[in-house]
Amino acid sequence: MATLSLYGQSILVLASLILFTSFALLAQTRALPLIRLFAWQGILLAVTTALVAWVTHQPHLYVSALLTLGLKALLIPWLLIRLVNRLGLHNEVENPKANALVLLGAAALTVFCYEIALPIMRLSTLLTRNVIAVSLAVVLLGMLLIIVRSKAVTQVVGFMCMENGLFFAAVVATYGMPMVVELGVAFDVLIAAILFGLFFLQIRDSIDSLDIDRLSRLRETDE
Amino acid sequence: MSSGAALLAPLLLVPLAGVIILAVLGHSRRAGWINIGISLLTLLASLGLAAVVLEKGHLLIGGGMFYIDAFNVYLLVLTAFVGLTTAIFSRAYMLDEMAHGRVNTKRLQLYHAMYQGFLFTMLLALSTNNLGILWVAMEGATLATVMLVSLYRTPESVEAAWKYFILCGVGIAQALFGTVLLFFAAERVVHHRDRALWWNVLYARADHLDPAVMSLAFVFLLVGYGTKVGLVPLHNWLPDAHSEGPTPISAVLSGLLLNVALYALVRIKMLADPTLGALPGELMMAFGLLSFLVAVFFLHRQRDIKRLYSYSSIEHMGLMTFGFGLGVPLATFAALLHMTVHSLTKSALFVSAGHAIHLAGTQSMERIRGLIRAEPTVGWGLLIGTVAIAGFPPFGIFTSEFLLLLATLQSWPWLTLPLLAGLLIALAGLLRHVQPMVYGEPMAGWKPVRANVLPVAVHLALVLWLGLAIPVILAHWFIHATILISGRSPW
Amino acid sequence: MAGSLTLWSLALLQVLVFIAGAPLLTGWIRRVRSALQNRAAPPIWQPYRELAKLFRKNVVLADEASWIFRTTPYVVLAATVSAAAALPAVATHLPTDAIADVIVLVGFLALARFFLALAAMDVGTAFGGMAASREMMVASLAEPAMLIAVFTLSMTAGSTNLSTAVGYILHSGLVLRPAFVFTLVGLLMVAIAETGRLPVDNPATHLELTMIHEGMILEYGGRHLALIEWASEIKLMIYGVLIADLFLPWGIATRLTVPSLLLGSIALVAKLAFWGGLLAMVETHFAKMRLFRVPEFLNIAFLLCLLGLLSHLILEVAL
Repeated sequence: MATLSLYGQSILVLASLILFTSFALLAQTRALPLIRLFAWQGILLAVTTALVAWVTHQPHLYVSALLTLGLKALLIPWLLIRLVNRLGLHNEVENPKANALVLLGAAALTVFCYEIALPIMRLSTLLTRNVIAVSLAVVLLGMLLIIVRSKAVTQVVGFMCMENGLFFAAVVATYGMPMVVELGVAFDVLIAAILFGLFFLQIRDSIDSLDIDRLSRLRETDE
Repeated sequence: MSSGAALLAPLLLVPLAGVIILAVLGHSRRAGWINIGISLLTLLASLGLAAVVLEKGHLLIGGGMFYIDAFNVYLLVLTAFVGLTTAIFSRAYMLDEMAHGRVNTKRLQLYHAMYQGFLFTMLLALSTNNLGILWVAMEGATLATVMLVSLYRTPESVEAAWKYFILCGVGIAQALFGTVLLFFAAERVVHHRDRALWWNVLYARADHLDPAVMSLAFVFLLVGYGTKVGLVPLHNWLPDAHSEGPTPISAVLSGLLLNVALYALVRIKMLADPTLGALPGELMMAFGLLSFLVAVFFLHRQRDIKRLYSYSSIEHMGLMTFGFGLGVPLATFAALLHMTVHSLTKSALFVSAGHAIHLAGTQSMERIRGLIRAEPTVGWGLLIGTVAIAGFPPFGIFTSEFLLLLATLQSWPWLTLPLLAGLLIALAGLLRHVQPMVYGEPMAGWKPVRANVLPVAVHLALVLWLGLAIPVILAHWFIHATILISGRSPW
Repeated sequence: MAGSLTLWSLALLQVLVFIAGAPLLTGWIRRVRSALQNRAAPPIWQPYRELAKLFRKNVVLADEASWIFRTTPYVVLAATVSAAAALPAVATHLPTDAIADVIVLVGFLALARFFLALAAMDVGTAFGGMAASREMMVASLAEPAMLIAVFTLSMTAGSTNLSTAVGYILHSGLVLRPAFVFTLVGLLMVAIAETGRLPVDNPATHLELTMIHEGMILEYGGRHLALIEWASEIKLMIYGVLIADLFLPWGIATRLTVPSLLLGSIALVAKLAFWGGLLAMVETHFAKMRLFRVPEFLNIAFLLCLLGLLSHLILEVAL
């Protein structure tokens, strides 16, 4: 730890803050603060990426950082906030079941990620190798968010949070994917964000609520 | 080389242009014809490409961006072919939907544009050399179809589409993490960073990849692409998505997209095999067998005709995954053959089921009766298709299942028992539901439909042909692909 | 050990200054709070006046009060002063370093709390029992968080001894440790809960049904109350010094020379002034939480401490 430069240490601190935003997302039950937290995660991610780019002299990572900033920190949160305001969801509060348990489960997941990532961390020689476990944790915490929540907005944030984690993984494990792949993924994310927006309107029209628990007509048991 | 590029470009660009053309013209009455025309051009390009590959072995096109060998070129042809026949069916079907007021012109426009978009993403996924692009295209295929699943905007269809979107999104995210890990492993053995995800480059150095990272990467990729293949326990989205959308979409989802996902999985397995030995194959066998057995039992419980065939898709994808997992050349050959015949039969079945649904005005199997009396072509199509998918001789599925059982008997003898039992249970489950639907007296108040049985007839005839004799060219392809995947020829 | 006597007298002096200065910190916090709330502030030595007033008053005992009730004020003060003695405040490398262990510290504070809860139940009033049970609930949630925080720090420094930890942190220079970021925030939250400040408990009122600490000492008066009040003022200071030691040790005297001791004292005063200001800010900006929100608050503190531990394990331990 002490052998790292101040920049290296900053990267670690930023990484832990990103992990913290993931936990905070799990604890947050209101739509608008949730989206703002997600935007903060995007900003942190962009800053981390830029810092990695600067420290390791990987100019292509600047592009990725800009892409993240534009897409994850600005555009998607803006879209979501607009939708939430338009659909009048800003006052809705979700009542997650056993939130303390969920958070403990999230901590357990983080430990699990650490275990999983150990072999990779051992192999890697990169400055950011310790962060790989954190990136995987962000992915899995996003998944947890989707599983334990029932509001469509929260699930979308969980989905995007997973994307954040994946992008983060690419940055810290390999200093980013090849540019063509990164652009492709960003394109997919953009399309997904737009589709999610359209979906909100559809769900709203068809079941008059954005509570996914109400989407339960299709089940295996006979009516 | 250049002839390959000259043919690959239209193969990808024609559907892409189709998206734009149909986004503009998709609402007109001629849109169905345009759709058919575009699909036909795509098929011609794929056939041309196949001829070139047949002559040259494999092709590296576009500076290495695309890689075509015997394995994917036959899937390209299959995709383009089923794309065309389903387009033929879809023209009449969608006009009928319009006439019944179930879709408006705007949605028809969306439908046509996205139909071509979906074909494009599948063709891109099959032909790309870059494993990252493969992921992008797979996700793109989900994105292209998700709006089609909810095309009718009923609560059920919206729910199905949401499930499809979220579950597949979550699943495929694991695959991206796996791809990152793969890139991580590849970076250490491939010095050119931009080429480290090129399949042909990686394949050449596959035995140098780090085993610890590769095992992790393989598990993530298996979970990710396995979700898209519909492997149990990640299959929940599949019956919903395949049953709630318009029938042509069900046909291409079940017949083609599952194949493409499995293709991705097999490509990954080829990379993982040299370092991991038996592990990838055994994992695939386990998942495949589990999916097969679970789906077989679920067949009995279905009430919705399209859900019935969706579960049948899970069953067959399980079988193929098992076959590829087995890894011996005979099993690989059988799985490749099974991919083809299953695609053809399943899309034919969905087309027949679509007609039956239009006839009865419902998807509930209890309310569909006496199809043969009411509309002989539809009834016979459904019956013959079901018999074929259940694995009766002389259809092609019998051949591939027989070969698969033979291969299992040779390498894992005791596993033939659950396979055989599963096939019997599946047969009972299918016939139990289909028999009352096709025989007996039709229900009152059915309106006749304009049935377009051409795709059904062509598909089932091909399946029959493949059951009786595999054409030399096709056999040549299959053997080539088998050699690529499992290293040896089955004979 | 020529200077052994000097060292011991220095240590004693440190403790004396510590306990004597504790009411001043409380006075300072009240002053800042008044300033933030645009009120006329009481003089900064007001807590001393209150203590003096209480010491002058007679002790009134309830009829049912047992020896526990009578001895508790002394036990509480003794335990708290011992805890204060364990802390390196102005200087490290004093003879008290031998017991300057975080676990000892937590133990002393737990002892004080234990007796306070017993005494609260001793008289048998409704408020006492209720407050004791609440105090125990808060403690049972706050202590694991605190211990995890302590473990994180001791894993970093390789010891639970505070003096060693301070030495380690001073020695490694300015290092950004993600674990410390979380642990600091978590520990601050624990400190707020443990010292009975807003938003967990309100130290300034006896009127709410939600009181915790004040409910326990409701039956005390005169000298006894003075001792307990004094102990809780010392406790507030202990947390301030602990947090300062662990996260901002710079300035603390590591050599026992006059200039460095002087510098240590000035640094300590500055840090405590900052800590007091921070608490006053928090108390001004947050409303008192409803009692059933307190577990949530402490859960977050626990989670933060746990995250600190995780980030330490994952991010900082070199492979």
